[in-house]
Amino acid sequence: MDLDPILISRIQFAFVVSFHAIFPVFTIGLAAYVAVLEALHYRTNNPLWLKLSKFWIKVFAVVFGMGVVSGIVMAFQFGTNWSNFAYSASNFLGPILSYEVVTAFFLEATFLGVLLFGRDKVPKGVHLFSACMVAIGTFISSFWILSANSWMHTPAGVEMVDGMIHMTSWTQAIFNSSFPYRFAHMALASFITGGIVVAGVSSWYLLHGRNLETSKKALKMCVIMLAVATPLQLFIGHEHGLNTFENQPMKVAAMEGAWETKTAAPLILFAIPDAANETNHFEIKIPYLASIVLTHSPSGEVPGLLEVPADERPPVGIVFWSFRIMVGLGLIFIAVSLLAAWQLYKGRLFESKLTLRAFTWLIPAPFVAVLTGWFVTEVGRQPWMIQNMMRLDEAITPSITGWMALVTLIGYIAVYAVVMFAGVFYLKKVIQGGPEPVDEAEESDSARPKRPWSAVPSSTFDESPSAAGS
Amino acid sequence: MDLIDLTLIWVVLIGIGVFMYVLMDGFDLGVGILFPFAPDDEARDQMMNSVAPVWDGNETWLILGGAGLLAAFPLIYSVFLPALYIGVFLLLAGLIFRGIAFEFRFKATKNKHLWDYSFFGGSTVASFAQGAVIGAYVQGFQTENFRYVGGAFDWLTPFTLMTGLGVVAGYALLGVTWTIMKTEGKTQDWAYKVAPWMLGAVMFFFIAVSLWTPLANERVMERWFENLNWLWIFPVATVALGAWIFQRLRKRGEGSPFIGSMSLFAMFYIGVLISMWPYAVPPNYTFWDAASDPGSQLFLLIGFLFLIPIVLGYTAWTYWIFRGKVKPGAGYAGH
Repeated sequence: MDLDPILISRIQFAFVVSFHAIFPVFTIGLAAYVAVLEALHYRTNNPLWLKLSKFWIKVFAVVFGMGVVSGIVMAFQFGTNWSNFAYSASNFLGPILSYEVVTAFFLEATFLGVLLFGRDKVPKGVHLFSACMVAIGTFISSFWILSANSWMHTPAGVEMVDGMIHMTSWTQAIFNSSFPYRFAHMALASFITGGIVVAGVSSWYLLHGRNLETSKKALKMCVIMLAVATPLQLFIGHEHGLNTFENQPMKVAAMEGAWETKTAAPLILFAIPDAANETNHFEIKIPYLASIVLTHSPSGEVPGLLEVPADERPPVGIVFWSFRIMVGLGLIFIAVSLLAAWQLYKGRLFESKLTLRAFTWLIPAPFVAVLTGWFVTEVGRQPWMIQNMMRLDEAITPSITGWMALVTLIGYIAVYAVVMFAGVFYLKKVIQGGPEPVDEAEESDSARPKRPWSAVPSSTFDESPSAAGS
Repeated sequence: MDLIDLTLIWVVLIGIGVFMYVLMDGFDLGVGILFPFAPDDEARDQMMNSVAPVWDGNETWLILGGAGLLAAFPLIYSVFLPALYIGVFLLLAGLIFRGIAFEFRFKATKNKHLWDYSFFGGSTVASFAQGAVIGAYVQGFQTENFRYVGGAFDWLTPFTLMTGLGVVAGYALLGVTWTIMKTEGKTQDWAYKVAPWMLGAVMFFFIAVSLWTPLANERVMERWFENLNWLWIFPVATVALGAWIFQRLRKRGEGSPFIGSMSLFAMFYIGVLISMWPYAVPPNYTFWDAASDPGSQLFLLIGFLFLIPIVLGYTAWTYWIFRGKVKPGAGYAGH
């Protein structure tokens, strides 16, 4: 059987990067939340903040660990499967990824040790500082990696000579035109993901009548943040789309399911794109809307996929549907967040079973939204590795064979299945255990008098009415 | 750029970076290799706790190695990784299994022993793969026009098998001497008992690899025998160092065996460099052939000059915070 190394390498990269992406997007938001909780505890000395922080740090540790181990794989994928790309683009990618390591990875990894294990070994302020360093590290990391990724979509500041890319301007390359939008879009996505997960878990506790005081505090924080962040994300996403429209019109054509170039283009709500026949089936559309959204004029021109030969078009179906799933979920987030904010304002949020259930159900949704968003942008770039500069078939490792890529793909799937299964299993355990010291790890913890945590009388944590009233 | 040889500076920097990784991740991988042989679960808890706060930072040096090579010597990155394709997968799979074991072992109840094996197996496979990488480097790569053109298993030979096992033994020695330094009582007694065996194994592999390399490789043979009038000092110093570590273990030195083992690694490292210089991707390409644009090397160098001291500073600070012995039962399990 003839195995195509390019296709299998693409599947492999899509798999390992998608698996990896779900962890940082959560930990970036969660690290910031933990830093806020630590700061609140530092200022107020209210043990409830400490309790919340301790709990979410436990969740953070598991998710971060999964992110770290799957991230190491990413550092080597370019070399193993796409070595021609790595070699050609090394003058730019090498320094950028190295800066990510020295400005972000060390910061996160080192201060994480203090955050997790150093509470009784360093002064309170230093511990708070460590929490902040972890949070800042996650942000700096996304800065560099999104700069590198954006550059592949909108390359700038470089010239290609004999197949090698050479730098002409570092600032133009780092701050390439799609980077600010992608960075803002992703940063907000991280906050929204962290916010919805914390809100969802807190709602679940409230529905089950557990950890009432801490859960109310956490839910309130998240709802206020989400009510601002989710509508803002719609706006940022739209601006990001306009930038894509300018730089990668074929990606937008695939997102819109537009085959023919049209003025006064309709917005297609639903369709089954058919790449073989270069048409859509079962279209449901709103006249003029695509032109209005993309060009801000009802008669604006929206280029279609037929502008370029078939081998320069991205796979339409994946891009088209991923985009709709992402936007659809985003609209649901806005609706639920605004409803919850209204109920919070009216003082009815904690009694509204409907909203609490909605948040609980929504826990997996932001991950789906983030992944489909990445599918849109990455699949939409095809067949380019670096937009208009290098195609996939020029980027692949010359010595790779189909079976090598397949064996390692199966290997990664097997390894990640174990990681995911164990991760979800223990996360469920941590979350079901809740902030109270009930799980096994916490019990052994309380046997350690050295830790100030266990020195705090356990009655402080009772969810009794008197504690709630204090 | 004529005044300063940026490439030479980067050889030194990457050299230090790789060496940092070997030293720092070496002992925590070594702890993993020794895991199933520890006397009991309490000792295992102690051993794991002794590296739990720092392993993640240690492993970051590996990522820096990967990214740094891509930045300064992209040819090494884009030849080694395709050539070692299957080995790299094993390395990464090993690092994943041991990495998740840290978090999951302490959260497990019934299946704790499964994570012991995950930690042991992952650490051992990852260490072996790293040793095989060094062996493959000495062995050389089939290249054409700056691309790897060999097969998927060219790297796997009796020689790389030997270097792979050598690194497993070496990391185990670092791990056991680290355990001596960080524990006391029963666990430490056990570590004192097994350390000489680890040392013996390391010296065996040192001698075997040292004889095998020049015999298999004419260039290495010439390098050593044409300069034998002063190069003899390295093998002699290595053997003397081995004897000193043995002595310190018998006298129950606490920190000196670990420091001695690290110095032993430094000697091996220098030995490899002497043999291979100036080839980055032997037998065809030197470090200068493998270098990236001077502009890219300079752009990163400027940042490194400021950032690496800061990184080293806070890394040292965390080691300071977690200094001293890990007491039995006083683990960090329940963060």
